[in-house]
Amino acid sequence: MTELQEDYPQEGEVRIPSGCAISGIFSRNGKRFGGQDAIRSIAVMHDRSNGLGGGYAGYGIYPEYKDYYAFHVFYYDNDAKNTCEKFFDEHFDVINLSKIPIRKHPRITDEPLIWRYFVTPLPTKLAASQLDEEEYVVRCVIKVNTDIKGAYVFSSGKNMGVFKAVGFPEDVGEFYRLDEYEGYAWTVHGRYPTNTPGWWGGAHPFALLDYTVVHNGEISSYDANRRFIEMFGYRCTLQTDTEVITYMIDYLHRKQCLTLDEVAHVIAAPFWSTIAMMPEERQKEYIYLRNTFASMLITGPFSIILGFNGGLMALNDRLKLRSLVAAEKGDMVYLASEESAIRIVEPDPDRIWYPRGGEPVIVTLSETGKKVVAAESK
Amino acid sequence: MAINYLYPDYEVIRNQQRCINCRVCERQCANEVHRYDEELKMMVSDESKCVNCHRCVALCPTRALKIVKTDNTFKENANWTGEAITDVYRQAGTGGVLLASMGTPKNYPVYWDRMLINASQVTNPSIDPLREPMETTTFLGQKSAKIRRNPDGSINTKTTPQLKLSVPVMFSAMSYGSISYNAHKSLALAAQKLGIFYNTGEGGLHEDFYQYGPNTIVQVASGRFGVHPGYLKAGAAIEIKMGQGAKPGIGGHLPGAKIVGDVSKTRMIPQGTDAISPAPHHDIYSIEDLRQLVFMLKEATNYEKPVIVKIAAVHNVSAIASGVARSGADIIAIDGFRGGTGAAPARTRDNVGIPIELALACVDRRLREEGIRNNVSIVIGGSIRNSADIVKAIALGADAVYVATSALIALGCHLCRTCHLGKCNWGIATQRPDLVKRLNPEVGSERLVNLINAWNHEIKEMMGGMGINSIEALRGNRLMLRGIGLTEKELQILGILHAGE
Repeated sequence: MTELQEDYPQEGEVRIPSGCAISGIFSRNGKRFGGQDAIRSIAVMHDRSNGLGGGYAGYGIYPEYKDYYAFHVFYYDNDAKNTCEKFFDEHFDVINLSKIPIRKHPRITDEPLIWRYFVTPLPTKLAASQLDEEEYVVRCVIKVNTDIKGAYVFSSGKNMGVFKAVGFPEDVGEFYRLDEYEGYAWTVHGRYPTNTPGWWGGAHPFALLDYTVVHNGEISSYDANRRFIEMFGYRCTLQTDTEVITYMIDYLHRKQCLTLDEVAHVIAAPFWSTIAMMPEERQKEYIYLRNTFASMLITGPFSIILGFNGGLMALNDRLKLRSLVAAEKGDMVYLASEESAIRIVEPDPDRIWYPRGGEPVIVTLSETGKKVVAAESK
Repeated sequence: MAINYLYPDYEVIRNQQRCINCRVCERQCANEVHRYDEELKMMVSDESKCVNCHRCVALCPTRALKIVKTDNTFKENANWTGEAITDVYRQAGTGGVLLASMGTPKNYPVYWDRMLINASQVTNPSIDPLREPMETTTFLGQKSAKIRRNPDGSINTKTTPQLKLSVPVMFSAMSYGSISYNAHKSLALAAQKLGIFYNTGEGGLHEDFYQYGPNTIVQVASGRFGVHPGYLKAGAAIEIKMGQGAKPGIGGHLPGAKIVGDVSKTRMIPQGTDAISPAPHHDIYSIEDLRQLVFMLKEATNYEKPVIVKIAAVHNVSAIASGVARSGADIIAIDGFRGGTGAAPARTRDNVGIPIELALACVDRRLREEGIRNNVSIVIGGSIRNSADIVKAIALGADAVYVATSALIALGCHLCRTCHLGKCNWGIATQRPDLVKRLNPEVGSERLVNLINAWNHEIKEMMGGMGINSIEALRGNRLMLRGIGLTEKELQILGILHAGE
């Protein structure tokens, strides 16, 4: 395929609203399992996608390289690859590199070159940059994605990875041989864009460091959010909701050190009338957050599953204009756009519920889980 | 001299069959247009005195009166219009500066009318404000740059002082003196009922109105009239007036004739002296001086009041705003060149400054580029005529708007643009007790409340249509706007796409 298709504007040149399906599966005890459950779950919701994008994020999948940033990169030609690899060599110590293994699939075509690198920042470069390690990595990733034509880093966290393509999500899962990976958490996305740019980088999840976002919805606050977050060095090059949501979460959680619960109450803030009924101390905090981060309120329909090392967070817009279901069975947690997508992998959950609008479902590894994940990493 | 004769612009048409000689028009007209002719036994009028304020038209019980534009004309000339010719006659006759009031009537582009608002269809639901919460509450003030935590891990919620508005609209500065006691009282009462703010302007605060302090912004202008510690502490916020959209670069002049009684007392100047506000503040010749005044006022009020710096929209407004945003000010108010005035030299009003839409767009962008948009809130004014103008202003990047002309129209102003004559028949821009009492503050405030509530309903409807249920998600949301009939350059400055894109 060519990077710039002539018939359609490329992703990022035009804003494309899309409907979607999302699903997430998580083991609190850090038990690792293959990607096939996520594939089965999203396959049930086939009609919520239209074959123009699907993708997965798996956590805990690279225990042998857990201290290295895993970069997954699309290249559209060898020139881009050479330029990008030169950039990597200048900024990182590259421990391992390889093509990401794929299985040829009749419905997944025109794939770019797909490579994986395990890297760590060059200590001298990092020191000279006066940045912390994560910020250094973020800036390098943004630099590649905005400046190197034909190269796109679509996954950049530790011990996790994103796999995405143009196609139906179940086909994308087979294409990337996800049954051969094992992780303690998986999220998946099927896309229904209202336009056909057919660009692999535009598929979801969208990722920055270990944050990944799968999202269903079309937010009406997009440009208010975008213009605000761009003040802090982010560049919304894809013009998608998912991108801006990921950046906002990165800003609030990593840079402002808000808890995930607080993050949820910024981006899906309670109504003033609800805040007015809270006890005084809580009220003060909520007013403070809403006022301070007013431009990070998201309006319009959305349901998202945020993945991060050690957990997942599901969140609906405050009016709950998109479906989102949660369920539990033992230490397993299931999150999906539809109940059917949960029951296909867990027909008999202990508990199933519909989270209220604006109320986050946050699940993290149990103490056992943390030990398990740490032990596997050794 | 015959060449000084100017044919009246308007003619008073009286339907004699309807006229019952009740003489209401005569009593109502402070300009003394109407008179009863004992010999003719009928009402006659001298249209040369008529300012076309419609007071007589509105009060004539038999609808016998109307005012029409005269068809007396000079020989047609696209360059030398009748107005251009008569201005020369006037100035050749008097040697004076031409005075005018209210915003410029010239045919400059109104960019509000060249922008269209979006609505949701299919991919995203619109929201019905009658069924779902629709929030217009707005806080003005600096936003914290970094979250700080208390020792127990909870968030430290202390902020710099903020203004809370129930609707993102405030009544902008009009001094007591330029407008009447009853007009001020109407604004104060309405601001209180609405949960918003009115602004004293530069004439001080009448002692009767200290009770409305929590809904009052007190202004400090170059003349420093009526400024004392009690005044600064009385309001909810303090505004430093650096400029005014209708007359950027020049000061103000309230003639001694208006400095009577309470006006003199409130301004703290002797009766009958002219109140002259210098063009600049003579303690502010540069941006660092502004910073000193900002902090002087904050010191004087114990850092409890947000400080607003009001500037006129001029060519380099974004650079000025950038400086103001770093001066310690909490809020920047920008006044566009179509904004109103109680009196200004006509040439200045009609030729100096830039439209508020362009000023707002470039200031908002500049502050974001510099990463300091959160240091200040932006309030804009200078001809906000309706709720759609407000929605567009907020989508361009304003936090709130200032309205004054709209508020005066709600009180009865008919935009005759002769405030500077001090004979306002509607009791607004006058100090004559017999005229002032025509404006009932209870009725006036009710009309202002109605207007803002009506606008609020409309704002909510349009927000709901866009699928936005809180005003902060509209702020700076320029994708919600499209230009219509604008050039590439205009679109670029406004930061919006053209309709169809």
